[in-house]
Amino acid sequence: MSLDKPYMDVPGTTIFDADKSREGYHLNQFCMSLMKAENRTRFKAGERAYLDEWPMSEEQKQAVLDRDLNRCIQLGGNIYFLAKIGATDGKSFQQMAGSMTGMSEEAYRDMMVKGGRSIEGNRYTGEKK
Amino acid sequence: MAHISASVYTSHVPAIGAALDLGKSHEAYWEPVFKGYEFAKQWEKEQKPDVVFLVFNDHATAFSLEMIPTFAIGTAAEYTPADEGWGPRPVPKVIGHPKLAAHIAQSVIQDDFDLTIVNRMDVDHGLTVPLSLVFGQVDAWPCPIIPFAVNVVQYPVPSGRRCFMLGKAIRKAIETFDEPLNVQIWGTGGMSHQLQGPRAGLINREWDNAFLDRLIDDPDALSRLPHIDYVREAGSEGIELVMWLIARGAMNDTDGGKKPTVRHRFYHVPASNTAVGHLILENN
Repeated sequence: MSLDKPYMDVPGTTIFDADKSREGYHLNQFCMSLMKAENRTRFKAGERAYLDEWPMSEEQKQAVLDRDLNRCIQLGGNIYFLAKIGATDGKSFQQMAGSMTGMSEEAYRDMMVKGGRSIEGNRYTGEKK
Repeated sequence: MAHISASVYTSHVPAIGAALDLGKSHEAYWEPVFKGYEFAKQWEKEQKPDVVFLVFNDHATAFSLEMIPTFAIGTAAEYTPADEGWGPRPVPKVIGHPKLAAHIAQSVIQDDFDLTIVNRMDVDHGLTVPLSLVFGQVDAWPCPIIPFAVNVVQYPVPSGRRCFMLGKAIRKAIETFDEPLNVQIWGTGGMSHQLQGPRAGLINREWDNAFLDRLIDDPDALSRLPHIDYVREAGSEGIELVMWLIARGAMNDTDGGKKPTVRHRFYHVPASNTAVGHLILENN
């Protein structure tokens, strides 16, 4: 019997559950390694070579190289782990979050200053806005 | 005997820590946020707590995916502010209270809550930003802190109900500690926010304020709210709010005592990606 996952119909949202965590284990542990300054230096000196030290899938490695955070999340990445890549790149959390929305950095910041993304039309997949 | 005098609730946004550490607190963007905490800073000087029991969450800092404890109590003598990738925050070392923490662990585990005991842990913004907001920029934190980490990163996180019941067990434990300590319990994280995916930036002002109302007036009913309501209405990271229910469960009125007094309530949008909520409840 499959488990109840009532969060599958929340639009634009991936819940990092035990299945996702299993899928993303090496991707997230790679991110975790960037907590150490010497690893950040080695990663920046040769991203591909550093990624090849980890038993990640080719898709996961490519998503990291592309800094495609939405793709990383689809492949089991968790935002708090992926944030270590952002920190290595010198990005703020707001820049990282904004990068996943298809909005420009400025437009995203303006939206937040004006009170954030509205919940109206954003509760269920396919809901009318 | 030890007693819980008050509970304090606050968000913990990392950008708030950065704004303080980089001297930006008087900028127009940040000023309204910090203004909301002026009361707390003054109030704490009068309250002089002996210990703060601080419920918080780690953000892939001390706990990677190697180990994911649902509830972890810090029983160490001290904790170092962590380097989260931007360098460690320039804030004081966190001094623990091993004796009270060990007592709470002993009592709460015998009360059927299976805590993980942690004797070594660096503490990230989840713990240090609330300290900075409530105590201000100080050379040393004014009292020992017991860090209590809750997993809200990997689902399923503990239910609101479980957190609320745990709060009750923590209160019982503190009240059987044989020293006359004035203890505060803090619940941190939230309020509505989502940091991932195309829905990032979600804020739900109405839901947040209803949460605050219910936390004050009817926490028992609020604790029965299912996870999906937090996720759908307050964003994937809004689930952090279950931690507030641990602190609320530890107040006297959850066990036949009097209702607490609301000493301060504050709400502001935004701090970076997040809605900031802050509440102080005093026991009667």
